[in-house]
Amino acid sequence: MIGYIARRLGTAVVVVLGVSIFIFALLHAIYPSPAIDVLGPRANTFTIAAYNKQYGYDNPWIVQYLTYLGHLLQGNLGFSVKFNQSVVSLFQERWVRSAYLSGITLVLSVVIAIPLGVYQAVRRNTAGDYVATSLAFTVYAMPVFFLGLILIQVFSLDLHWFGFEASQSNSTLTIIGDWHDMALPIATLTLLTIASFSRYMRSTAMDVLAQDYIKVARAKGLPERLVLSRHLLRNACLPMVTLIGLSIPLLLAGNLITETLFNYNGLGLLFFNSLQNVDYNVLLAYTLIGAALTVVGNLVADIALTVADPRIRLA
Amino acid sequence: MAPNTGSLAPLDITRAPEGGEIGPIQSGWRLALREFAQNRLAVVGLGILAFFVLFSFVGPLLYHGNYLTSDLLSTNLAPGGGHPLGTSNQGYDELALIMNGGQAALEVGFFAAAIAITIGALWGAVSGLLGGIVDAALMRVVDVFLAIPFLFIVLIVAVRYGASVLSLSLIIGGFSWLVPARLVRGEVLSLRERDFVSAARVAGSGQWRLISRHLLPNAFGVVIVNVTFQVADAILAIAALGFLGFGLHWPHQDWGDLLSNGVSYMQDGYWWQIYPVGACIVLVVMACNLVGDALRDSLDVRLRRR
Repeated sequence: MIGYIARRLGTAVVVVLGVSIFIFALLHAIYPSPAIDVLGPRANTFTIAAYNKQYGYDNPWIVQYLTYLGHLLQGNLGFSVKFNQSVVSLFQERWVRSAYLSGITLVLSVVIAIPLGVYQAVRRNTAGDYVATSLAFTVYAMPVFFLGLILIQVFSLDLHWFGFEASQSNSTLTIIGDWHDMALPIATLTLLTIASFSRYMRSTAMDVLAQDYIKVARAKGLPERLVLSRHLLRNACLPMVTLIGLSIPLLLAGNLITETLFNYNGLGLLFFNSLQNVDYNVLLAYTLIGAALTVVGNLVADIALTVADPRIRLA
Repeated sequence: MAPNTGSLAPLDITRAPEGGEIGPIQSGWRLALREFAQNRLAVVGLGILAFFVLFSFVGPLLYHGNYLTSDLLSTNLAPGGGHPLGTSNQGYDELALIMNGGQAALEVGFFAAAIAITIGALWGAVSGLLGGIVDAALMRVVDVFLAIPFLFIVLIVAVRYGASVLSLSLIIGGFSWLVPARLVRGEVLSLRERDFVSAARVAGSGQWRLISRHLLPNAFGVVIVNVTFQVADAILAIAALGFLGFGLHWPHQDWGDLLSNGVSYMQDGYWWQIYPVGACIVLVVMACNLVGDALRDSLDVRLRRR
């Protein structure tokens, strides 16, 4: 087990390093230097050359990459030209807000999708299953922003229940308490995640229902409630462990669009604003963090599954 | 993904008629096709796709709406009176805009999927066939690309190069070949142990001929199912890019662009600028998913009804 985790961690580090080389080279090829963004479009070639020399943008990219990596290992993610602030401090202000949005989305999705999938599997091909399946299928085909727009139209503009803009507060506690403004962004991301989770949950629950141990449990006269909770639910949840670990890219992309749509001041909105200004230290840092989270998510999911499912042995 | 999705050939033998009575032997593909046609939802999905192809490419020949010159006297008109779906804030005809945007969405969807599948299939086939250190190296590259959040990297490149249908297809396709690469590699790993591959080797086939004549055609089932999902994902991706403002450049517009224009007027109740376009995106993506699900079921021998 320890050996396995060590080996997987090693691979993860290699993958993240590979990601950093690729993204750095790509960004470097697309935007060789921020000189014009900093000095303005009328800067002459001499000032640009001086700027590039001063900040090392005239070095070969491999040298620049190694410098970046050196800073990265010291916890320095570079400097945002647009915000005139270090990237680390920009992220420190915002990451809690994004983590809150993703975290509560994940919790709500799991809490809703698991019983929903089990219900659909047990009552398969009934009216309730058809309604849930078609809704999930429709939402699954929906762009995040369109789903958000529909929710805004119905619950904010027509019914006036919730706000159409996310909470603008700087205090996390205020944001958590502000259901009026946070309900719609959370609902948007949650519905999207449920649509993808419940499809898997329904099909794994159906697989489990066909297993012999369910037949045995029923044959020995166990009440259906206990069959579902003890035998079906616990086994059907196992693939969910992997699915949750793999959902990080979905959540990151969802966050990006939801935060932009609802003007929620988290990392996703920061990324969007940095795109418009080609603030590439921010772009680089957030993409790297996203990649690292994805790799860690996979790793944690695999380890968690072996803890949850004793049949799986790691070699 | 089912490990044996692509291996349909042996099925014919099991259907050999008994007792002297000789019936027509149906090929695996014909069986799959029959299975597909019996799936009503899949036929509906194909119908929706066919409708949108006609709507986007033939529609503009029949319906000449203005989507190029702004007309400030007829901005934000409600549907009716020469504008079946109303007009935009620039006085463009919404129906014509949606047709035009549909061309972009479908073109990007299919181009991107074609690019992704081509790179992915070759990458996976080479990796699976050669094995060893080549396989390990190629698959680590896939791991690296898979770890990068798709939307992020596509946005970063599209900001600079995302002006045309071709460049957007290259960008989206260029970052979505990883899943097909893994699928094809898995398929090739099992195919390369089979007798017909050994026979081809003994007959003197080179690596390239093995890949192009023997391995890829047999991995086709996996590939074709993945194509449909690739198209759906690419259409969602270009809609997201357009919505965030990093999609096609004028005069080309995609559905995401139209939606983001409509958002500014949501509070004025100009529903025709939002919901028809949104419904188009959902319908096309849903149709691709329906076709993909049905293809997967009909190509999966284990799920096949007899």
